[in-house]
Amino acid sequence: MSLSKEQIAQRIAKEVKDGYYVNLGIGIPTLVANFVRNDIEVEFQSENGILGMGPFPFDGEEDPDLINAGKQTITALPGASFFDSAMSFSMIRGQHVDLTILGAMEVAQNGDIANWKIPGKMVKGMGGAMDLVASAENIIVAMMHTNRVGESKLLKSCSLPLTGVNCVKKIVTDLAVLEIVDNTFKLLERAPGVTVEQIKEATEGDLIVEGTIPEIAF
Amino acid sequence: MINKTVANVSEACEGIADGMTFMLGGFGLSGIPENAIAQLVKRGVKDVTCISNNAGVDDFGLGLLLQKRQIKKMISSYVGENAEFERQMLSGELEVELIPQGTLAQRCQAAQSGIPGFYTPAGYGTEVAEGKEAREFNGKMHILEHAFKADFAFVKAWKGDTAGNLIFKGTARNFNPNMCGAAAITVAEVEELVPAGTLDPNHIHIPGIFVQRIFQGEHYEKRIEQRTVRKK
Repeated sequence: MSLSKEQIAQRIAKEVKDGYYVNLGIGIPTLVANFVRNDIEVEFQSENGILGMGPFPFDGEEDPDLINAGKQTITALPGASFFDSAMSFSMIRGQHVDLTILGAMEVAQNGDIANWKIPGKMVKGMGGAMDLVASAENIIVAMMHTNRVGESKLLKSCSLPLTGVNCVKKIVTDLAVLEIVDNTFKLLERAPGVTVEQIKEATEGDLIVEGTIPEIAF
Repeated sequence: MINKTVANVSEACEGIADGMTFMLGGFGLSGIPENAIAQLVKRGVKDVTCISNNAGVDDFGLGLLLQKRQIKKMISSYVGENAEFERQMLSGELEVELIPQGTLAQRCQAAQSGIPGFYTPAGYGTEVAEGKEAREFNGKMHILEHAFKADFAFVKAWKGDTAGNLIFKGTARNFNPNMCGAAAITVAEVEELVPAGTLDPNHIHIPGIFVQRIFQGEHYEKRIEQRTVRKK
Protein backbone atom coordinates (compact mmCIF):
# COMPACT_ATOMS: atom_id res chain seq x y z
CA MET A 1 0.00 0.00 0.00
CA SER A 2 1.36 3.39 -0.90
CA LEU A 3 1.33 6.03 1.82
CA SER A 4 -1.40 8.64 2.15
CA LYS A 5 -0.38 12.32 2.32
CA GLU A 6 -0.88 12.16 6.09
CA GLN A 7 1.41 9.14 6.31
CA ILE A 8 4.10 10.90 4.27
CA ALA A 9 3.87 13.78 6.74
CA GLN A 10 3.94 11.34 9.65
CA ARG A 11 7.14 9.70 8.34
CA ILE A 12 8.82 13.08 7.78
CA ALA A 13 7.90 14.11 11.32
CA LYS A 14 10.36 11.47 12.55
CA GLU A 15 13.15 13.59 11.01
CA VAL A 16 12.25 16.54 13.20
CA LYS A 17 14.55 16.60 16.21
CA ASP A 18 14.42 18.27 19.59
CA GLY A 19 15.53 21.92 19.39
CA TYR A 20 14.92 22.28 15.66
CA TYR A 21 13.64 25.41 13.96
CA VAL A 22 11.65 24.17 10.98
CA ASN A 23 10.20 25.83 7.89
CA LEU A 24 7.24 23.99 6.39
CA GLY A 25 6.10 24.57 2.82
CA ILE A 26 2.53 24.53 1.59
CA GLY A 27 0.70 21.20 1.08
CA ILE A 28 1.93 17.92 2.59
CA PRO A 29 4.73 19.73 4.52
CA THR A 30 2.13 21.73 6.46
CA LEU A 31 0.70 18.44 7.77
CA VAL A 32 4.04 17.52 9.36
CA ALA A 33 3.29 19.82 12.31
CA ASN A 34 0.42 17.51 13.30
CA PHE A 35 2.74 14.52 13.77
CA VAL A 36 5.74 15.92 15.62
CA ARG A 37 6.27 14.11 18.93
CA ASN A 38 5.00 16.19 21.79
CA ASP A 39 7.90 15.33 24.09
CA ILE A 40 10.33 17.44 22.01
CA GLU A 41 10.59 21.21 21.60
CA VAL A 42 10.35 22.46 18.01
CA GLU A 43 9.57 25.92 16.61
CA PHE A 44 7.94 26.41 13.25
CA GLN A 45 9.00 29.37 11.15
CA SER A 46 6.75 30.89 8.54
CA GLU A 47 8.71 33.11 6.18
CA ASN A 48 6.17 35.92 6.24
CA GLY A 49 7.46 36.70 9.72
CA ILE A 50 6.75 34.41 12.65
CA LEU A 51 8.71 31.93 14.73
CA GLY A 52 6.63 29.84 17.10
CA MET A 53 3.66 29.40 14.81
CA GLY A 54 0.72 27.63 16.44
CA PRO A 55 -2.39 25.88 15.09
CA PHE A 56 -5.34 27.54 13.36
CA PRO A 57 -7.33 29.85 15.66
CA PHE A 58 -10.66 28.87 17.16
CA ASP A 59 -13.65 29.95 15.15
CA GLY A 60 -14.24 33.64 15.81
CA GLU A 61 -10.68 34.32 16.98
CA GLU A 62 -9.11 34.85 13.54
CA ASP A 63 -6.78 37.84 13.29
CA PRO A 64 -6.07 39.41 9.87
CA ASP A 65 -2.68 40.49 11.27
CA LEU A 66 -1.69 36.91 12.02
CA ILE A 67 -1.27 34.63 9.00
CA ASN A 68 1.20 32.07 7.65
CA ALA A 69 3.00 32.02 4.31
CA GLY A 70 -0.03 30.29 2.78
CA LYS A 71 -2.10 33.34 3.85
CA GLN A 72 -4.05 31.16 6.30
CA THR A 73 -5.07 32.50 9.70
CA ILE A 74 -2.90 31.02 12.46
CA THR A 75 -2.02 31.54 16.11
CA ALA A 76 1.21 32.40 17.88
CA LEU A 77 2.38 30.04 20.64
CA PRO A 78 3.77 31.33 23.95
CA GLY A 79 7.36 32.40 23.24
CA ALA A 80 6.64 33.24 19.60
CA SER A 81 8.23 36.22 17.86
CA PHE A 82 7.37 38.40 14.87
CA PHE A 83 9.86 39.98 12.49
CA ASP A 84 10.14 41.62 9.08
CA SER A 85 10.72 39.82 5.78
CA ALA A 86 14.41 40.72 5.51
CA MET A 87 15.08 39.30 8.97
CA SER A 88 13.01 36.24 8.11
CA PHE A 89 15.27 35.49 5.16
CA SER A 90 18.33 36.25 7.28
CA MET A 91 17.21 33.27 9.35
CA ILE A 92 16.86 31.21 6.18
CA ARG A 93 19.91 32.32 4.19
CA GLY A 94 22.00 32.53 7.33
CA GLN A 95 21.25 28.84 7.97
CA HIS A 96 19.68 29.43 11.35
CA VAL A 97 16.67 27.34 10.32
CA ASP A 98 17.58 23.68 10.88
CA LEU A 99 15.19 21.91 8.54
CA THR A 100 13.21 22.86 5.46
CA ILE A 101 10.40 20.61 4.26
CA LEU A 102 8.83 21.38 0.92
CA GLY A 103 6.95 19.90 -1.98
CA ALA A 104 8.26 19.40 -5.52
CA MET A 105 7.16 18.70 -9.06
CA GLU A 106 10.48 17.04 -9.91
CA VAL A 107 13.70 16.08 -8.14
CA ALA A 108 16.85 15.01 -9.99
CA GLN A 109 19.42 12.52 -8.78
CA ASN A 110 21.98 15.32 -8.38
CA GLY A 111 19.68 17.07 -5.88
CA ASP A 112 18.20 19.63 -8.29
CA ILE A 113 14.59 20.55 -7.55
CA ALA A 114 11.83 22.04 -9.71
CA ASN A 115 8.66 23.21 -8.03
CA TRP A 116 7.65 26.67 -9.20
CA LYS A 117 6.93 26.86 -12.88
CA ILE A 118 5.38 24.87 -15.70
CA PRO A 119 6.15 26.63 -19.00
CA GLY A 120 3.02 27.54 -20.92
CA LYS A 121 0.84 27.43 -17.82
CA MET A 122 0.04 30.20 -15.37
CA VAL A 123 3.17 31.07 -13.42
CA LYS A 124 2.44 32.01 -9.85
CA GLY A 125 5.98 32.61 -8.70
CA MET A 126 8.62 31.03 -6.51
CA GLY A 127 7.71 32.81 -3.28
CA GLY A 128 10.41 31.94 -0.77
CA ALA A 129 11.26 28.54 -2.25
CA MET A 130 14.43 29.62 -4.08
CA ASP A 131 15.86 31.29 -0.98
CA LEU A 132 14.99 28.23 1.11
CA VAL A 133 16.51 25.61 -1.16
CA ALA A 134 19.60 27.67 -1.94
CA SER A 135 20.54 28.03 1.71
CA ALA A 136 19.09 25.24 3.82
CA GLU A 137 21.58 22.54 4.78
CA ASN A 138 18.85 20.06 5.51
CA ILE A 139 16.08 19.84 2.92
CA ILE A 140 13.47 17.11 2.81
CA VAL A 141 11.11 16.89 -0.14
CA ALA A 142 7.59 15.57 0.41
CA MET A 143 5.85 14.49 -2.77
CA MET A 144 4.14 11.73 -4.69
CA HIS A 145 6.56 9.37 -6.43
CA THR A 146 4.82 9.81 -9.77
CA ASN A 147 2.68 12.54 -11.32
CA ARG A 148 -1.00 12.34 -12.23
CA VAL A 149 -0.28 10.53 -15.48
CA GLY A 150 2.00 8.03 -13.77
CA GLU A 151 5.36 9.51 -14.83
CA SER A 152 8.24 9.42 -12.39
CA LYS A 153 9.03 12.63 -10.49
CA LEU A 154 12.47 11.26 -9.49
CA LEU A 155 14.53 11.91 -12.57
CA LYS A 156 18.02 11.74 -14.05
CA SER A 157 17.66 15.47 -14.64
CA CYS A 158 14.76 17.86 -14.17
CA SER A 159 12.76 18.83 -17.24
CA LEU A 160 11.01 21.82 -15.62
CA PRO A 161 12.63 25.17 -14.78
CA LEU A 162 14.74 24.73 -11.64
CA THR A 163 14.10 26.15 -8.21
CA GLY A 164 17.57 25.24 -6.97
CA VAL A 165 20.58 23.10 -7.81
CA ASN A 166 22.26 20.25 -5.88
CA CYS A 167 20.26 20.96 -2.76
CA VAL A 168 17.84 18.13 -1.93
CA LYS A 169 19.17 15.59 0.57
CA LYS A 170 16.19 13.40 1.33
CA ILE A 171 12.87 12.57 -0.30
CA VAL A 172 9.80 10.98 1.23
CA THR A 173 7.20 9.83 -1.29
CA ASP A 174 4.09 7.70 -1.12
CA LEU A 175 6.29 4.72 -2.08
CA ALA A 176 9.66 5.23 -0.42
CA VAL A 177 12.21 7.15 1.62
CA LEU A 178 15.27 7.98 -0.44
CA GLU A 179 18.52 9.82 0.07
CA ILE A 180 20.64 11.53 -2.55
CA VAL A 181 24.15 10.08 -2.51
CA ASP A 182 26.81 10.58 -5.18
CA ASN A 183 24.38 11.67 -7.87
CA THR A 184 21.99 8.79 -7.37
CA PHE A 185 18.85 8.02 -5.41
CA LYS A 186 19.63 5.62 -2.59
CA LEU A 187 16.63 3.64 -1.39
CA LEU A 188 16.37 3.68 2.41
CA GLU A 189 12.86 2.49 3.20
CA ARG A 190 9.80 1.33 1.30
CA ALA A 191 6.11 1.83 2.02
CA PRO A 192 4.49 -1.18 3.70
CA GLY A 193 3.65 -3.79 1.08
CA VAL A 194 5.41 -1.91 -1.74
CA THR A 195 8.19 -3.93 -3.38
CA VAL A 196 11.64 -2.73 -4.39
CA GLU A 197 10.67 -3.65 -7.96
CA GLN A 198 7.68 -1.32 -7.84
CA ILE A 199 9.91 1.51 -6.61
CA LYS A 200 12.46 0.82 -9.35
CA GLU A 201 9.65 0.90 -11.87
CA ALA A 202 8.46 4.29 -10.61
CA THR A 203 11.93 5.86 -10.49
CA GLU A 204 13.39 7.20 -13.75
CA GLY A 205 16.67 8.26 -12.13
CA ASP A 206 19.41 5.86 -11.07
CA LEU A 207 18.42 3.94 -7.97
CA ILE A 208 20.83 2.23 -5.58
CA VAL A 209 19.44 -0.63 -3.55
CA GLU A 210 21.81 -2.03 -0.94
CA GLY A 211 20.85 -5.07 1.12
CA THR A 212 17.40 -5.56 2.50
CA ILE A 213 15.19 -2.49 2.41
CA PRO A 214 13.02 -2.19 5.52
CA GLU A 215 9.42 -1.08 5.47
CA ILE A 216 8.64 2.42 6.70
CA ALA A 217 7.75 2.36 10.39
CA PHE A 218 5.77 5.14 12.02
CA MET B 1 10.37 66.74 17.18
CA ILE B 2 10.21 67.01 13.43
CA ASN B 3 6.57 66.69 12.52
CA LYS B 4 5.89 64.20 9.69
CA THR B 5 2.13 64.31 9.78
CA VAL B 6 0.00 65.18 6.80
CA ALA B 7 -3.72 65.82 7.00
CA ASN B 8 -4.94 62.94 4.90
CA VAL B 9 -4.15 60.39 2.22
CA SER B 10 -4.54 62.96 -0.53
CA GLU B 11 -1.78 65.12 0.94
CA ALA B 12 0.27 62.02 1.66
CA CYS B 13 0.24 61.05 -2.02
CA GLU B 14 1.18 64.53 -3.28
CA GLY B 15 3.68 64.19 -6.12
CA ILE B 16 2.67 60.78 -7.46
CA ALA B 17 2.74 60.68 -11.25
CA ASP B 18 2.34 58.37 -14.22
CA GLY B 19 5.25 56.04 -14.90
CA MET B 20 6.59 56.08 -11.33
CA THR B 21 7.84 53.10 -9.35
CA PHE B 22 6.04 52.36 -6.08
CA MET B 23 6.89 49.98 -3.27
CA LEU B 24 3.90 48.63 -1.38
CA GLY B 25 4.13 46.73 1.89
CA GLY B 26 2.07 43.70 2.80
CA PHE B 27 2.06 39.92 2.51
CA GLY B 28 -1.05 38.64 0.81
CA LEU B 29 -3.66 41.08 2.10
CA SER B 30 -2.05 41.36 5.53
CA GLY B 31 -0.47 44.72 6.29
CA ILE B 32 -1.24 46.33 2.92
CA PRO B 33 -1.54 50.14 2.74
CA GLU B 34 -5.28 50.15 2.04
CA ASN B 35 -5.70 53.93 2.11
CA ALA B 36 -2.79 54.62 -0.23
CA ILE B 37 -3.99 51.98 -2.71
CA ALA B 38 -7.46 53.55 -2.72
CA GLN B 39 -5.88 56.93 -3.39
CA LEU B 40 -3.76 55.59 -6.27
CA VAL B 41 -6.96 54.22 -7.81
CA LYS B 42 -8.75 57.53 -7.26
CA ARG B 43 -5.92 59.58 -8.72
CA GLY B 44 -5.76 57.24 -11.71
CA VAL B 45 -1.98 57.23 -12.08
CA LYS B 46 -1.02 55.06 -15.04
CA ASP B 47 1.88 52.93 -16.25
CA VAL B 48 3.23 52.46 -12.78
CA THR B 49 5.68 49.78 -11.66
CA CYS B 50 4.71 48.15 -8.37
CA ILE B 51 7.18 46.37 -6.12
CA SER B 52 5.08 44.22 -3.83
CA ASN B 53 5.39 40.63 -2.67
CA ASN B 54 1.91 39.82 -4.01
CA ALA B 55 -0.60 41.45 -6.34
CA GLY B 56 -3.74 41.37 -4.21
CA VAL B 57 -6.93 39.55 -5.13
CA ASP B 58 -9.40 40.48 -7.86
CA ASP B 59 -11.32 43.08 -5.88
CA PHE B 60 -8.94 44.09 -3.11
CA GLY B 61 -5.39 45.27 -2.59
CA LEU B 62 -3.38 45.80 -5.77
CA GLY B 63 -6.14 43.97 -7.64
CA LEU B 64 -7.97 47.31 -7.56
CA LEU B 65 -5.16 48.97 -9.55
CA LEU B 66 -5.05 46.02 -11.94
CA GLN B 67 -8.79 46.32 -12.58
CA LYS B 68 -8.21 49.90 -13.76
CA ARG B 69 -5.16 48.80 -15.76
CA GLN B 70 -2.94 51.28 -13.97
CA ILE B 71 -0.03 48.89 -13.53
CA LYS B 72 2.54 48.48 -16.29
CA LYS B 73 4.86 46.17 -14.41
CA MET B 74 4.73 44.07 -11.25
CA ILE B 75 7.82 42.97 -9.36
CA SER B 76 6.71 40.23 -6.97
CA SER B 77 7.57 36.80 -5.61
CA TYR B 78 4.12 35.21 -5.77
CA VAL B 79 1.06 36.34 -7.68
CA GLY B 80 -1.29 33.40 -7.82
CA GLU B 81 -4.53 34.66 -6.33
CA ASN B 82 -5.86 36.96 -8.99
CA ALA B 83 -7.74 36.10 -12.20
CA GLU B 84 -7.47 39.60 -13.70
CA PHE B 85 -3.72 39.49 -13.08
CA GLU B 86 -3.52 36.19 -14.95
CA ARG B 87 -5.51 37.56 -17.86
CA GLN B 88 -3.35 40.69 -18.21
CA MET B 89 -0.15 38.71 -17.82
CA LEU B 90 -1.06 36.09 -20.42
CA SER B 91 -2.28 38.74 -22.88
CA GLY B 92 0.99 40.64 -22.49
CA GLU B 93 -0.64 43.83 -21.17
CA LEU B 94 1.15 43.41 -17.88
CA GLU B 95 4.88 42.92 -17.50
CA VAL B 96 5.79 40.65 -14.59
CA GLU B 97 9.16 40.12 -12.95
CA LEU B 98 9.12 37.25 -10.48
CA ILE B 99 11.96 37.21 -7.99
CA PRO B 100 12.71 35.15 -4.88
CA GLN B 101 10.99 36.46 -1.77
CA GLY B 102 14.18 36.85 0.25
CA THR B 103 15.81 38.68 -2.64
CA LEU B 104 12.80 41.01 -2.83
CA ALA B 105 13.10 41.79 0.88
CA GLN B 106 16.85 42.27 0.69
CA ARG B 107 16.65 44.53 -2.37
CA CYS B 108 14.33 46.76 -0.32
CA GLN B 109 16.61 46.52 2.69
CA ALA B 110 19.65 47.36 0.53
CA ALA B 111 17.92 50.46 -0.84
CA GLN B 112 17.05 51.51 2.72
CA SER B 113 20.64 50.95 3.85
CA GLY B 114 22.50 52.58 0.98
CA ILE B 115 23.98 49.26 -0.16
CA PRO B 116 23.90 49.19 -3.98
CA GLY B 117 24.01 45.43 -4.36
CA PHE B 118 24.61 42.11 -2.64
CA TYR B 119 25.33 38.48 -3.44
CA THR B 120 22.78 35.81 -2.63
CA PRO B 121 22.71 32.07 -3.34
CA ALA B 122 18.96 32.26 -4.05
CA GLY B 123 18.25 31.57 -7.70
CA TYR B 124 21.75 30.45 -8.69
CA GLY B 125 21.50 27.90 -11.50
CA THR B 126 17.91 28.91 -12.29
CA GLU B 127 16.41 31.33 -14.81
CA VAL B 128 16.48 34.01 -12.10
CA ALA B 129 20.27 34.07 -12.49
CA GLU B 130 20.20 34.70 -16.25
CA GLY B 131 22.28 37.74 -17.17
CA LYS B 132 23.47 38.26 -13.60
CA GLU B 133 27.04 38.16 -12.35
CA ALA B 134 27.78 34.91 -10.52
CA ARG B 135 30.57 34.57 -8.00
CA GLU B 136 31.86 31.92 -5.64
CA PHE B 137 32.16 32.59 -1.92
CA ASN B 138 33.33 29.85 0.46
CA GLY B 139 32.85 27.18 -2.17
CA LYS B 140 29.27 28.17 -2.96
CA MET B 141 27.90 30.08 -5.93
CA HIS B 142 26.00 33.35 -5.50
CA ILE B 143 24.45 35.90 -7.83
CA LEU B 144 24.64 39.68 -7.74
CA GLU B 145 21.36 41.45 -7.00
CA HIS B 146 20.84 45.22 -6.91
CA ALA B 147 19.05 47.56 -4.53
CA PHE B 148 15.67 48.74 -5.77
CA LYS B 149 15.11 52.31 -6.86
CA ALA B 150 11.62 53.64 -6.22
CA ASP B 151 9.82 56.97 -6.12
CA PHE B 152 7.41 56.21 -3.30
CA ALA B 153 7.15 53.53 -0.63
CA PHE B 154 3.65 53.06 0.78
CA VAL B 155 3.66 51.24 4.08
CA LYS B 156 1.10 50.39 6.72
CA ALA B 157 1.84 50.24 10.44
CA TRP B 158 -0.28 49.53 13.50
CA LYS B 159 0.73 52.57 15.53
CA GLY B 160 2.75 55.60 14.66
CA ASP B 161 3.54 58.97 16.12
CA THR B 162 3.80 62.45 14.68
CA ALA B 163 7.59 62.06 14.42
CA GLY B 164 7.06 59.16 12.02
CA ASN B 165 8.09 56.41 14.43
CA LEU B 166 6.31 53.14 13.63
CA ILE B 167 5.20 49.99 15.41
CA PHE B 168 3.85 47.02 13.47
CA LYS B 169 1.56 44.23 14.60
CA GLY B 170 1.87 40.49 14.12
CA THR B 171 2.71 39.24 10.66
CA ALA B 172 1.29 42.44 9.18
CA ARG B 173 4.86 43.69 9.64
CA ASN B 174 6.35 41.65 6.74
CA PHE B 175 7.87 43.91 4.03
CA ASN B 176 6.68 47.19 5.53
CA PRO B 177 9.76 47.95 7.67
CA ASN B 178 12.12 46.97 4.84
CA MET B 179 10.47 49.44 2.47
CA CYS B 180 10.68 52.38 4.88
CA GLY B 181 13.36 54.74 3.59
CA ALA B 182 13.91 52.53 0.54
CA ALA B 183 12.21 55.01 -1.83
CA ALA B 184 12.62 58.75 -2.36
CA ILE B 185 9.50 59.36 -0.27
CA THR B 186 8.07 56.97 2.31
CA VAL B 187 4.41 57.37 3.15
CA ALA B 188 3.21 55.57 6.29
CA GLU B 189 -0.43 55.06 7.12
CA VAL B 190 -1.29 53.89 10.61
CA GLU B 191 -4.31 52.53 12.43
CA GLU B 192 -3.54 54.76 15.38
CA LEU B 193 -1.62 58.03 15.17
CA VAL B 194 -0.43 59.41 18.51
CA PRO B 195 1.59 62.48 19.56
CA ALA B 196 5.38 62.14 19.59
CA GLY B 197 6.49 61.07 23.05
CA THR B 198 3.55 58.74 23.59
CA LEU B 199 5.20 55.57 22.27
CA ASP B 200 7.91 53.88 24.34
CA PRO B 201 11.16 54.40 22.37
CA ASN B 202 12.09 50.82 23.30
CA HIS B 203 9.16 49.55 21.29
CA ILE B 204 9.72 51.46 18.04
CA HIS B 205 10.33 49.12 15.07
CA ILE B 206 11.11 51.85 12.52
CA PRO B 207 12.52 55.22 13.58
CA GLY B 208 10.87 58.28 12.03
CA ILE B 209 13.99 59.19 10.07
CA PHE B 210 12.93 56.61 7.46
CA VAL B 211 9.46 58.14 7.05
CA GLN B 212 8.64 61.40 5.25
CA ARG B 213 4.87 61.49 5.65
CA ILE B 214 2.54 59.86 8.16
CA PHE B 215 -1.23 59.96 8.43
CA GLN B 216 -4.09 58.39 10.32
CA GLY B 217 -5.64 55.76 8.04
CA GLU B 218 -9.37 55.26 7.78
CA HIS B 219 -11.92 52.48 7.25
CA TYR B 220 -9.56 49.53 7.40
CA GLU B 221 -11.20 46.43 6.01
CA LYS B 222 -8.25 44.12 6.80
CA ARG B 223 -9.67 41.36 4.69
CA ILE B 224 -8.68 37.78 5.46
CA GLU B 225 -7.56 35.83 2.39
CA GLN B 226 -7.74 32.26 3.79
CA ARG B 227 -9.91 31.93 6.85
CA THR B 228 -8.73 28.73 8.55
CA VAL B 229 -10.07 27.80 11.98
CA ARG B 230 -10.38 24.82 14.31
CA LYS B 231 -13.36 23.78 16.39
CA LYS B 232 -13.45 24.61 20.08
